[in-house]
Amino acid sequence: MLAFIIRRIIQSILVMLVISFVGFLIQHQIGDPVRDLVGERVTPAEREVIRDRLGLNDPFYEQYFRFVAKAVQGDLGLSFFYKKPALDVILSKAPATIELVIVTSFILIFVSIPVGIYSAIYPKSWISRIAIAGSTVGVAVPVFLTAIAFIYLFSVELNWLPSYGRGETVTVWGFWDTGFLTVDGLLHLILPAISLSSIMLPLFIRLIRAEMMEVLETEYIKYAWAKGLDRRRVWFVHAFKNTLLPVITVFGVQLGIMFAFTILTETVFQWQGMGFMFLEAVERSDTSLLVAYLVFVGVIFVLVNTVVDVIYGVVNPMVRITGAK
Amino acid sequence: MSTWARFKESYLFHSFKRDLIAIASFCALVFLIFIALSAPVVAPYNTYDTATIDIMDAEIPPSWMEDGEDRFLLGTDIQGRCLLSTMIYGLRVSFLIGCGAVVLQALIGILVGLFAGYFGGKVDGFLMRITDIQFSIPYLIVAIFTSAIFKLAFGVGRYEDLAIPLLIIIIAVSHWPIYARTVRAAVLGEKGKEYVEAARVIGLSRWVIMFRHILPNTMTSVLVISTIQVAEAIMSEAALSFLGLGMPITKPSLGSLIRAGFEYIFSGSWWITFFPGLLLVVFVLVILLLGDWLRDVLNPKLYKG
Repeated sequence: MLAFIIRRIIQSILVMLVISFVGFLIQHQIGDPVRDLVGERVTPAEREVIRDRLGLNDPFYEQYFRFVAKAVQGDLGLSFFYKKPALDVILSKAPATIELVIVTSFILIFVSIPVGIYSAIYPKSWISRIAIAGSTVGVAVPVFLTAIAFIYLFSVELNWLPSYGRGETVTVWGFWDTGFLTVDGLLHLILPAISLSSIMLPLFIRLIRAEMMEVLETEYIKYAWAKGLDRRRVWFVHAFKNTLLPVITVFGVQLGIMFAFTILTETVFQWQGMGFMFLEAVERSDTSLLVAYLVFVGVIFVLVNTVVDVIYGVVNPMVRITGAK
Repeated sequence: MSTWARFKESYLFHSFKRDLIAIASFCALVFLIFIALSAPVVAPYNTYDTATIDIMDAEIPPSWMEDGEDRFLLGTDIQGRCLLSTMIYGLRVSFLIGCGAVVLQALIGILVGLFAGYFGGKVDGFLMRITDIQFSIPYLIVAIFTSAIFKLAFGVGRYEDLAIPLLIIIIAVSHWPIYARTVRAAVLGEKGKEYVEAARVIGLSRWVIMFRHILPNTMTSVLVISTIQVAEAIMSEAALSFLGLGMPITKPSLGSLIRAGFEYIFSGSWWITFFPGLLLVVFVLVILLLGDWLRDVLNPKLYKG
C-alpha cells in the first residue's frame, strides 16, 4: 500500500513538472517580464540592464529551476495588470468561484437525486418521461445558451433577478468575500448557479436512474419486498444506499469539469471569479497571471486526482495491482 | 450480392428502419449538412462579401414581426448581415471544424492506441501514462488553455486569420485520449485471436498485421465514439468561440454569432442569439441521437436500459 502511495506521489510530481515546464515555456517565449515590471517606456539599454538583473540572460535550464523553486514557495510572478503577486490575485478571486460551485452542487444533489429515484421507481409516469426527454435534450444545450436564456427571461423581460456581478458582498475572516450573507448577494447567485447546474443535471439524473433501476432488480431487493418491508424503506434505505457509490465517484470527476464550465458561466454573468479573471488575463496579455492560473489549476487537479486514487487504492485492492504493472 | 443489397439485408439497416427517432435525426442531419456544404448556393446573401453589407440594415427583426423586412427572413445581426445567411455560413464553419478536429484526433488516438495495444510492455506503459494524465484533466480546460496560449503566441490578428486550422488542432489535441483508450482496448481484444496468430505464422511483418489485420477490426468502436466526438467537437468550438478564443465575428461560427448577439440581448434583440443557438442545439442533438442509436445497435453489450 505504501509503495502504491509513493508511486502515485512520484507520478503527480512528474505531472506538476510537466505543467510547470509548459508554464515556464509560455512565460519565457511569450511573456515579457521587463514590461510586467516597468511598462513599455524604457530605453533598450535600460531594458538590457534590467534583463541582466532579473537573470533573463541566464541559460535556459537555470531560469527553469529558478521558476520551479519560486513556484514551490508560492511565488508565481507579478500580474502585469494588477501590479500584485499573481497568486494573491487568484486567491482573491477564488471565493466567488468556490461559492458558485458550492451552490451548484447543492442544486445538483437536491434535484437530481429525487428526480432520478422517482423516474427509476415509476419509469412509465409522465413526469419520468419528461425528465428523461429533458435530459436527452439538455445534453445538447451549451451552458452559455441556458444562461443567456435565463438572463433574457428573468432579467430583461420579467426583471426579477439581477443578471451580472456578485451584488453586495461581505468580507469574512479578513479575506473571504462572501455573497452568502446578504440578500442581494444571494439573489445574484440564483441565475448563475441554476445555469451551471443545468449542464450537469442531465448526466446525474440519467446516472442515478440507471443505477437505481439496476439495483431494484437485484435479489436482495426482492428479498426485502418478500419480507414485507415498507415501500419507502426498501426504496430509500435498501436500494438508494447502493446507488450512491457510483454517483459519488462520478460527482468527484464532474467537480473538475464543473471548473471548466464556471469559465463559461462567469463570462455570461460577469461573475468576478477565477474564470472571468483568466479570460481578462488573456485579453490583456497578462502572461504571468495566465501562467500562474495554469499552475494553480494544475496543482488542484493533481491534488484531487491523487487523493481520489489513493482512496480508491484503499477501498479497492485491484487498482493497486494494475498500477504496479 | 452487391454492396447495396447486402446493406439492405443487414442488421444495421433493419434496426434503422424500425427506429423513428433514428430516421428523423438522420434526415435532419443530412439536410443540415447539405445546407452547410452548399452555403454559397443556398444562402440568400454572401456574408463574407463586405460590399453587400449595409450597416443601416443592422438589428432588423425577423420578417414576421413589426418592423421586419421581407428581404431578411430571420432579421439581421448587428453588422447588418442577413441572419439566415450568416447562420448557414456559421453552420458550415462549425461543421468543418467539428469534422476536421475529429479526423485529426482519431488519427492521433488510433496511432497511440494501436502502438500501445500491439507492442505492450514499456511502450504501452509510457503511452497510456500520458493518455491517463491528459484524461484526468477535463478536455474543455485543455482546450481553453491551449487556445489562450495560441492566441497569445500568435497575436490576435494572426490567430483570427488562422482560426480554422488552429481550432481544429486545439480541439483535436484536447480530445484524442478517448480514441487512444478505445482503440487500445479493442486491439488488446483482437491481439490474441487466431487470425492474428495465423498472420504471424505465415511470416507477415508486424506493420502489416497491425494496420491491415487488426486495425480494421477496431473500426466499429471507433465509429461509435466518432459520432459522439463530432458533437463534442462542435460544442467545444462553440464554447471557445463564445469565450472569444475561437472564430472572429467577420467569419463567424455559430458560437461567435451567439457571443455577438449576447451583447444586444439587453436591448431586446433576442433573435441574433436565439436562432444561431437553436440551430446549434438542433445540430448537436441530432448527431447525439444518431450516436446513441449507433452505439445501441453496434455495441449491444454497452446497452443499459
